[in-house]
Amino acid sequence: MTMRNATQKLSYLQAIVEAQREEMRRDERVILMGEDIAVYGAQTLFDEFDEKRLRNTPISENSFVGVGVGAALTGLRPIVDLTIASFCYLASDQIINQAAKLRFMTGAQLAVPLVVRTSTFYNNRTAAQHADRPYPLFMNTPGLKVLAPSNATDAKGLLKAAIRDDDPVVVFEDINLWGKKEEVPTDEDFLVPIGKAAVRREGGDLTIVSIAGCLPHALSAAEALAKDGIEAEVIDLRTIVPLDKETILASVAKTGRLVIADNSHKVGSVASEIAAVVSEEGFESLKKPIQRVAAPQVHVPYNAALEKQLFVSKDRIIEAVRAIA
Amino acid sequence: MSLDRAQQLEMFRRMLRIRLFEEAIIAHYPVGHLSIGQEGAIAGACMALRDDDYVTGTHRSHGHPIGKGAEIDPLMAEIFGKRTGICKGLGGSMHLTDTKLGLIGESAIVGGGFPLATGAGLSAQVRGSGQVSLCFFGDGAVNQGTFSESVNMGAVWKLPVVYFCENNGYAVTTPVEKSHGQPEIARRADGYGIPGVVVDGQDAEAVYAVTLEAVERARAGEGPTLIEAKTYRFDEHSNRLAIPIEYRSKEEIEHHRNERDPITLYRAVLQARDLLSEVEAIEEEVRKTIDDAVEFAKASPEPEMSDLWDSMYVNPIGMQAGAEGL
Repeated sequence: MTMRNATQKLSYLQAIVEAQREEMRRDERVILMGEDIAVYGAQTLFDEFDEKRLRNTPISENSFVGVGVGAALTGLRPIVDLTIASFCYLASDQIINQAAKLRFMTGAQLAVPLVVRTSTFYNNRTAAQHADRPYPLFMNTPGLKVLAPSNATDAKGLLKAAIRDDDPVVVFEDINLWGKKEEVPTDEDFLVPIGKAAVRREGGDLTIVSIAGCLPHALSAAEALAKDGIEAEVIDLRTIVPLDKETILASVAKTGRLVIADNSHKVGSVASEIAAVVSEEGFESLKKPIQRVAAPQVHVPYNAALEKQLFVSKDRIIEAVRAIA
Repeated sequence: MSLDRAQQLEMFRRMLRIRLFEEAIIAHYPVGHLSIGQEGAIAGACMALRDDDYVTGTHRSHGHPIGKGAEIDPLMAEIFGKRTGICKGLGGSMHLTDTKLGLIGESAIVGGGFPLATGAGLSAQVRGSGQVSLCFFGDGAVNQGTFSESVNMGAVWKLPVVYFCENNGYAVTTPVEKSHGQPEIARRADGYGIPGVVVDGQDAEAVYAVTLEAVERARAGEGPTLIEAKTYRFDEHSNRLAIPIEYRSKEEIEHHRNERDPITLYRAVLQARDLLSEVEAIEEEVRKTIDDAVEFAKASPEPEMSDLWDSMYVNPIGMQAGAEGL
């Protein structure tokens, strides 16, 4: 048993591996499947678990996600590593038509305790077919839960909560955060609750809602703005579905101004949904129009200098704040 | 191992239940994709399974739970979209799933069941449960990528899965020979290094025998088998689909109805075994079961909007009926 409150310094990627290790130790129904899983961070799991529970899959994204669904229906709690988020489209039939719908379509006879892990590979010079951040697609799919952790502690605590959850969960991991290290709780029962956003910085002048890898940029923008006397409250969304409207609306009620930082494409984005919710349910609080800082409606280019300009940065957030300050 | 008398009669009962269930649908609630003509393949395959073995099916879904031995009332109520339906009226004709008998979903996305059945086989292997998973699919589904992807995974991992093709000759209206580069479906097994077997799907006992062999291989850890049961759909692809072209001849349809009806053929076999009085008792019993099910379905209540919300999540975390903004 590890001590409560004990921590160890882990990177975001190491925290994901530790979450899987702890849950595989805790529950023999947990298995891990994916392409070349030994390469992508999980190699140390092979020292501890056998090939029965660690399945290196053929390149068959739609079917190996569906195999995970079938296993989830029949007594296992599979984690399927879908590696690169742009591959979600290949597997979207099994995620949307099967995982998300089977409980409903059978009148709640079935449950699908499945976790699909996938990484957003933007700002990595991989061009448009590897660089998508497709979480809005799954936000628009009833029946799923969708997570987007922004630091090692949440990556571990949310993934563990997802593995223990009885519904299908899609976790978007952000490769721009992979190397970021911090002290992470070692308690095997440390969980981050699904559906709760975190206030990372308090402030009374405006609210910045940040999604996944936007957080470091949101925090550095807030620090810069503070030097000019603008105190930003920074909310780390952490869970996309269910959306923690309460935390967002409470903050906007206090500040009256909202900037949303979202690296998905702007049209129909998570930022769009948050803006709609605040307009519907918090309109009286708003002193100025809501600002969305998101990727424009063009594809991700290979060229690194151009690619960088598409995504959320400290400067783009500051510019959006200035527009409504 | 051959079927004993009680099992022979049970197989006949299940075939007849499928037939009369669907004739009642035509008479009372004309929806969906009928299995009439394919009962021998379905019941023959299911008789080779244990109650706790898994089954996935297709949009032509009525036969699979009935073949597995499901209770009829909740299936009929589901056809009528009622709250007492097996899926609370939320799944309907293409999705008759009774999990009590190991059914884990009837996929109306053609080919959607291959990964699910393969995953159920993986689960049985990991848990060491000794269960087998049987995947029903049609000849059209073989051309989906999930067939190749899933059968390959089943073969690589030697999973306890039986891939069972109800080859009725047509993907909606497109004949097998016009949509398969190599039209012998069982031969596709060679591409994955597993056995492929062809059987007359109108001969229920023959289907039972080949399925049992495949099930025993699977249970023994020797991996999947691909079975191609050659069968025939007597009715249209779908009850509600008016097809303006004559893609199969009237003579062909009449030949199958008159000479190749699996129920007529099996009834004659049982009669030759001196089981006519038992068969007649079953015929009367099944007619009553179906009539009662229609009455049950008609008298049942409609589902409520709250049933939709209550069937979404095990743990809805705020996403329940009445949640603001949803």
